[in-house]
Amino acid sequence: MIRAVIVMNTQGKPRLLRFYEFQPPEKQKELIRSIYGVLSSRADNVSNFVKTDAIFGQDTRVVYKHLATLYFVFVFDSSENELAMLDLIQVFVETLERCFKNVCELDLVFNFSKLHAVLDEIIFAGQVVETSSEQVMKAVEEIARNSLSLSLSLSLSLSLSLSLVHAPMRMLL
Amino acid sequence: MAADASTVGSSASSSGGFAPFLVDSLFQRSLDDMIKAIRSAPGGESSLIHRLLAEIRREIRSTDSDTKFLALQKLTYLSSLYFLDMSWAAFHALELLPSSVPAFKRTAYLSASLSFHPSSTDLLPLATHQIRKDLQSPNPSLSSPALHLLALSSSPDLALHLSNDLLSLLSSPRAAVHVRCRAVITSLPVLRLTPDSARAFLPKLVEALSPSSPLLSAAAGIFCELVCSGDPRPYLPLAPDFHQVLLECRNNWILIKILKIFARLILLEPRLKRKLVDPICELMRRSPAKSLVFECLRVVFCSFPDEETAFQLAVEKVKEFIAADDDPNLRFLGLHALAMLQPGQSWAVEENREAIVKSLADPDPNIRHEALRLIMNMVFENNVVEISSLLINYALRSDPEFSNEILDAILVTCSRNFYELVLDFDWYVSLLAEMVRNPHFMTGEEVERQLIDIGMRVKEARSELIRVARVLLIDPALLENQFLHRVLSAAAWISGEYIQFSRNPLEIVEALLQPRTSLLPSPVRAVYIQAVFKIVTFCFNFFVNAGVLSDSKCNIDENTGAESEDSSDATTFKMESLELKELLTSKTIIHILNLIVTALVPFSECNEVEVQERACNVLGLVLLLNGIEEWKTDDVDWRIDGKIREIVTIMSSAFSEELGPVSMHAQKKVLVPEGLELKENLSDLDEILRNNDVPSSLSISFSSRIHSHNEDKEESEPATESTSLLAEHRKQHGLYYLPTDKDESGSNEYPRANDVTNAVSSEKTTNDLLKLTDQSLVFRLTKPAKPRPTVVKLDEGVDLPSSSSQYVREPTGDLLSGAVRDVLFHGDETSPTIQNTLSENYTQRKANETSTISNVDSLLKDSSSPREREIGSSSSRKNKHHSQGKERNRNTRKNENKEEKGNRSSARSSHHHGKHKLKQRVESGDPSLAKAPQTQAIQDFLL
Repeated sequence: MIRAVIVMNTQGKPRLLRFYEFQPPEKQKELIRSIYGVLSSRADNVSNFVKTDAIFGQDTRVVYKHLATLYFVFVFDSSENELAMLDLIQVFVETLERCFKNVCELDLVFNFSKLHAVLDEIIFAGQVVETSSEQVMKAVEEIARNSLSLSLSLSLSLSLSLSLVHAPMRMLL
Repeated sequence: MAADASTVGSSASSSGGFAPFLVDSLFQRSLDDMIKAIRSAPGGESSLIHRLLAEIRREIRSTDSDTKFLALQKLTYLSSLYFLDMSWAAFHALELLPSSVPAFKRTAYLSASLSFHPSSTDLLPLATHQIRKDLQSPNPSLSSPALHLLALSSSPDLALHLSNDLLSLLSSPRAAVHVRCRAVITSLPVLRLTPDSARAFLPKLVEALSPSSPLLSAAAGIFCELVCSGDPRPYLPLAPDFHQVLLECRNNWILIKILKIFARLILLEPRLKRKLVDPICELMRRSPAKSLVFECLRVVFCSFPDEETAFQLAVEKVKEFIAADDDPNLRFLGLHALAMLQPGQSWAVEENREAIVKSLADPDPNIRHEALRLIMNMVFENNVVEISSLLINYALRSDPEFSNEILDAILVTCSRNFYELVLDFDWYVSLLAEMVRNPHFMTGEEVERQLIDIGMRVKEARSELIRVARVLLIDPALLENQFLHRVLSAAAWISGEYIQFSRNPLEIVEALLQPRTSLLPSPVRAVYIQAVFKIVTFCFNFFVNAGVLSDSKCNIDENTGAESEDSSDATTFKMESLELKELLTSKTIIHILNLIVTALVPFSECNEVEVQERACNVLGLVLLLNGIEEWKTDDVDWRIDGKIREIVTIMSSAFSEELGPVSMHAQKKVLVPEGLELKENLSDLDEILRNNDVPSSLSISFSSRIHSHNEDKEESEPATESTSLLAEHRKQHGLYYLPTDKDESGSNEYPRANDVTNAVSSEKTTNDLLKLTDQSLVFRLTKPAKPRPTVVKLDEGVDLPSSSSQYVREPTGDLLSGAVRDVLFHGDETSPTIQNTLSENYTQRKANETSTISNVDSLLKDSSSPREREIGSSSSRKNKHHSQGKERNRNTRKNENKEEKGNRSSARSSHHHGKHKLKQRVESGDPSLAKAPQTQAIQDFLL
């Protein structure tokens, strides 16, 4: 299974963390720091695999991709194929590209829940569920439409009074 | 406007409790606001986050769901990306679950699943009802987060209460494929938490394994997980289903999973190979997907070493991988695949040797590492000398990390199984000494261990060891490199222990006492001083005895224990002893004793007890010897019966016993003294030890190196004291000192040990490496010039811990595999026991398992047996359970065989046969049918 998905920038700041096995926050911090230490020391034209037995434990493998200012890191075990994981990173990045048009680090910073929505459509509980970025996009758009329409209808009825209150308060201050 | 304002006032006053929340919601930061604030915070991020958290703590308690939602969203963001513990807010996340706003609900689910903390899972049962409701929701965007939480939370309560809902979701045709897929995956953690539900889940999951099922991908994924992470045995009966998928499925992701499953099953049932070879070869030939090809390679290399065609094909493919110049990933995986080969197939590695050796110069450290591993696997007795020497030269020019990796690899390979690869220990000892000269050398501890180990185990290597030790000790530049201190310690020990092989002991004493030894850490210095003690004792002993027995052949042997059986050895020995005799005169000995006193007196007040004690010992001996005047004269009589002779005999007998290697199991042979508690709990000690956690002075780090430098400069006392000694040492061993034209005053600045003087161009590197391909890896059966010396081994015949259990892992999740085995092997017959308590059930189940397995094994063993016999044996087994089942089973079998014979291959028919049976079993629940079909299915499948 896939143990974790990590996106961090080239300064080692995490931008997306998803652990499919429980890790306490302190441990997460330590893992991120060690994996960053390994990745930052690697040149650009080298392979995308790193040995991280010491970091994530025996029988784990790590595949990463360095794109612009970001590292995309997938941690997985022996029941996944290395090259397939590399393809999966590609699928994830492609989907983000479709989602944000010329995706950059800032998009990831400000779209926390959307990022998770995309990831959850590709990987579910550590298993790959969808590998076509088109399908993923469809699902994500569906979710967005769903919540928009529902929340609109609800907020119209519920927050009518609130919105009346909001306006004058702002004016007063 | 005024009216509006009054409304505000009235609402605020009328509901006093509501007012603060209202203010909160008005001025509440949104997630974006918060992120912007953090981003613009100048450096003080942590204090800002502290403030934000306080804000969130207040907001999240709000009764207003908008406020609560925003607070939760912010908290989730902070906890996920800034590593904050949010288990305290677990309840608030659950509070938002029932919200009717999808965005709120999704955030609540995301938050709960991101922070699924074992301590907060005890709150989760509170949400059971809500999760159940969401699971049944027709909207996938609500049901999949609910499933995700169920899958990730690993809460046994939740799994227990929701397993039925999950089951109905699995089988419900109305639910979207999207959701059912996730339900299949969720059943894996649920099964792990509640093994007893296997009975209900497995038939559904097996159903999903059919090539036409839309859930196939998820089902293959979880079966792969089950087979790879636990005991694969219970899944053996599913082999026909997996095989069917392998033949019919065209999805690479699924095929990879199926191959991974088979890789494990083949270990249990080698005859599966015959079924798999063709489809796998086909995939390797046809598939454009490298990932799939790589998976095939892995299966072939690990499990099909004797299938000629498949193996050849795999080797071809590996060549393609390794030759992929533009893709380092393929190169890496190619080498990685070669490393999986067993020793028997090393010809495949041999075929690629040029590419492998080239890979040593690859910019990618992973590739270099794999290449090094492969090369070390190709080292044999006949090429170890060439490969090691070339690698050591290569290590000189690589970056520090890889350089040490190479040295490590050489050390490990050559010392394997008591140096079985080393024929010529003189060569190996000098190789060790050469390693030390590497500028990046950091493996001091291992070299130290091996030098001493060889000294103790291999008598023939001792004279070379002494030579090497002398070279190391005499070079003042080496003392500066703290990574070498351990090696120097070994050299000092060797020079003390085997001094009888030295041509010039006095020179070594001088080296051991040279002023720069002040750079050594005290444990090493203690070894140095002890070595001086031994050497002085030896010299005196020789000096005293030489005059008396100089013409006797065995004068040395008697006193030192050195053996000289060979006559040629004896003559060289005699010559050496003559040389020694000339060297060791009363004058030189007086000189050396004076040197010892000058050098060691400062240590008699040293802070380190170890150093102090040994220094005092040596000084005491010197004082004793100096106190006796008789040996300083030219008189000869004292040699025969003097006081000095007595002292010398006593002293030398202290060191005459040879030190040997210690058996790995020596500790076991020591009887535990009475009254000594070995198994008592020592946890109290932990605390004490933690308090005294002082960093050891030998810790290897760059910082400590700098530190010791500074200390050295600050400590002016020994420096001034030793200036004269230094000057003298410099005069004698000018060879090792820098030319003094620049600084006539004899400054303390030494060249750094092991400076790389000549950086060699990369061209030469590759040339050298290519030479390696030409020469070394070829198998050459040359007779070694001299016989291999004996290596003292004490642990022969004792099993050393082996590392071959790579693929046969300890079965985990026994409870689950036991349950699965029940379902797949036994069918429904054990259903009453399922209701029993787990522990009771488990032991009983274990007994059942073993009997079933042995039955299957006995069935599988004679694959050539006629059909009648199988039926007979299987039905006789069934007789025990149900006498009617025999007839019925035979009839159904015959009918089916009639129906399906002819137009289908045996594999397919057996597969359908098995499946049919399974379905029938599930539907009818007939216990008599339950046991046989699966075992027969696999049996037929293999035929």
